[in-house]
Amino acid sequence: MSGSTPELEQELDGEGLLKASERRFERAVGVSFALSFLATIGLGVVYWQGGQTQLEGALLFVALGGIGFGIVAWGKYLVPQGPYVQEREELRSTESEREAFVQSFERGNKLILRRSFLAKLLGASVGAFGVITLFPFIRSLGPQPKKMLYVTNWKKGSALVKSDGTKVHSTDLEVGGVLTVFPEGHAGGAISQSILIRPSFEDIVTKPGRETWGPQGYLAYSKVCTHAGCPVGLYQELTQQLLCPCHQSLFDVMTGANPVFGPAPRPLPQLPLEIDPQGYLRAQAGFDEPIGPGFWERA
Amino acid sequence: MNYKPIDWVDERLGTAKFTRKSLNKIFPDHWSFMLGEIAMYSFFILLATGVFLTLFFVPSSADTVYHGSYAPMDGHVVSQAYASTLNLSFSVRAGLVMRQMHHWAANVFIAAIVVHLLRVFFTGAFRKPREINWIVGSLLLMLAIFEGFLGYSLPDDLISGTGIRIAYSITLSIPIVGSYLASFLFGGQFPGNKIIPRFYTIHILLIPALMAGLLGAHLAIMWHQKHTQYKGKGKTEKNVVGIAMWPAYAMQAGGFFFLTASVLAALGGLVQINPIWLYGPYIPYKVSYAVQPDWYMGWLDGALRLFPSWEITGFGHMIPTVFFPAVLLPGVTFGLLMAWPWIERIFTKDTGAHNLLESPRENPWRTSIGVGVMAFYMVLFFASSTDVLANTFDVSLNFVLWAFRVLVFVIPPIAAYVAHKLAAEAGSVESAGRPRKAMVVFRSNEGEYTTEESDPRPELEFKRHAMHGDIAQSLPEESRLHGEATEKADDGEDYAFSVSSVADTPAEEIGERPSGGSGVYEVPRGAPGSGGGMFSPRGPVHSKEVSDSEDEE
Repeated sequence: MSGSTPELEQELDGEGLLKASERRFERAVGVSFALSFLATIGLGVVYWQGGQTQLEGALLFVALGGIGFGIVAWGKYLVPQGPYVQEREELRSTESEREAFVQSFERGNKLILRRSFLAKLLGASVGAFGVITLFPFIRSLGPQPKKMLYVTNWKKGSALVKSDGTKVHSTDLEVGGVLTVFPEGHAGGAISQSILIRPSFEDIVTKPGRETWGPQGYLAYSKVCTHAGCPVGLYQELTQQLLCPCHQSLFDVMTGANPVFGPAPRPLPQLPLEIDPQGYLRAQAGFDEPIGPGFWERA
Repeated sequence: MNYKPIDWVDERLGTAKFTRKSLNKIFPDHWSFMLGEIAMYSFFILLATGVFLTLFFVPSSADTVYHGSYAPMDGHVVSQAYASTLNLSFSVRAGLVMRQMHHWAANVFIAAIVVHLLRVFFTGAFRKPREINWIVGSLLLMLAIFEGFLGYSLPDDLISGTGIRIAYSITLSIPIVGSYLASFLFGGQFPGNKIIPRFYTIHILLIPALMAGLLGAHLAIMWHQKHTQYKGKGKTEKNVVGIAMWPAYAMQAGGFFFLTASVLAALGGLVQINPIWLYGPYIPYKVSYAVQPDWYMGWLDGALRLFPSWEITGFGHMIPTVFFPAVLLPGVTFGLLMAWPWIERIFTKDTGAHNLLESPRENPWRTSIGVGVMAFYMVLFFASSTDVLANTFDVSLNFVLWAFRVLVFVIPPIAAYVAHKLAAEAGSVESAGRPRKAMVVFRSNEGEYTTEESDPRPELEFKRHAMHGDIAQSLPEESRLHGEATEKADDGEDYAFSVSSVADTPAEEIGERPSGGSGVYEVPRGAPGSGGGMFSPRGPVHSKEVSDSEDEE
């Protein structure tokens, strides 16, 4: 029975099977392989000439597709498709086989546990090794967070600088102007980045207790979104709102960057500003709360 | 022929017995079984193109001044990762094709996994004994999503850098260990200079190795358990009906690898993807409008947008808002996904093994739950473009956001309800989903007419037989005219179906499955051979089968 019946042998030998429809498929397969061959030559030429992305893609398509189409058509139309039947074997073992397995396994167990003290000692040393090697491995990856998430580079008296490091003067922004600023010496920093906005020429009080934070209409907020940490990069002058382009949180500039829309849970921390006698903008102090998204230790 | 090499190997490994069995292994043939193949072949192409990319990519966030053939960026200070990606795109021959193929293959890979998963879900292929492979497959999907995210994070462009920043915030949001995890992963505060090399190691070494192992297990288990099959003629719980591994299946599957590769090559060469030179390098304080991740991250991005600004504080601790959509939601998603075979069993109380697949209409409840869950993730996916939708349709962002917040709860139940109705009603129609049958009218010598249902699409069967033998020879015109066919049909001849190769299964038994469709009908083994059909090429043919059982002889 099975694969060795004369009929199957005959089918597999392909004897006497060449019929008109088969000749059609043979031609198609042949053309397909030939096209692939030509495309591969073309690919070589293109590559040799310095390469061209679109041509390479198209030629690869024909080269690989020709092989693929040819083999599939050959395998589908020029070899017998059956359908053939195969019985499934029972997956589960017989009861006696299972019992034999359990017996063998337990026999081995007994041989080990006969020296139970040695086994316990082995367990202790492997366990200790595992735990002790795990800890330094994890700890070597990075420092403990400690105060990292609570502080930025803003300090009392930090001058505001632009991304190129030049100091920001109180005449730099017109009303409606907006600028990304950093503490002096840390231009371009991801954590200290803040957004400076000038909605007016008058002093602005965004919240009680922040009477002196907005001199001459300058307001500065942390630019790190309190939702997922993207830069809150878009200022809509008309509505005086800041928009985070990642998940569309909106913050109201005039009332202390309170979130008015979207998934952000907290206002952007505000940087208290002052203008020094030379007219340069400085921070009165750092942020009074951690910037950016929340974390477990943050109350 | 000379079999020396075969002898050489066999005498040392004894491979002939096993490989012979494998060559005769039977694979059920259905288009939906190709979906997993697409995924696997995409994985191979990812490995091949990925190795190419590693030869040129420099995983470093150290600054360098770009001087290369992309003039607009010339002289800019960028990271080495970004510069080397530009170089391999513009200065390395075929580099851009390889890079774009790699990116396209990643997208196709995950898409194929998802559609393959849906096929397995809706046909109940995950039921006993295949729960292990369901879990292995789910793990592969999880790893693939991680792997994809890591991959598109590597070039250090503006969009991927923003993505890494979000990943940092998500890591940070995990209760208790979040800030430690984030610090350990990034080697300190974001961004630092360690994340690109670390992502690189994980992307090219750790996850691919895990995936290769799991993929091997996935295939080995499938091979060992044998493939499921759809219900149909001659197909039972205890057999596999299909094409033989060698040569038909091997050729079709092998050729299909090349077809997958060719489509990916066409995409890679002709359809631009991830043009990082247009995004610019990552600068932490810059951000681009309409920032969206690759498609498979869309549902997470959408969830991040839709989830309200709830943040839980108390006892000196905080559970940040992103924890819920970005950690809890995926955790629950994959947890439920992997537990599904057992969840379903609670309700169906079905502990039996199944090798025959169900049609979605045969199990309206499963279908409805699947469609509902799919709808949920689809809404989340579309919610990842709230800003684009608001702009395109000129409506307020506020409206779009609230619309999605409502839709995410409204659409899934509606979709589930409709799916249940459709499935239940289609399932109750006896002929639903079956091929239409032609009625063949016969006239006997005496002039008596009889009608006979033909087998499905007889013209196809003609074609099939035409390949195996000259149909004109095996089907003399007279036989029909002389009423032989009716007699044969009465004898139980399954004349259109290729009985010549379906083993020892009487035609009456093969003919139809019981209506209602859920039933499994058994074919009595060892029933008298049905003999050759009237269309069969070489006259009556003895029953035969291709099976492993020869070894037992």
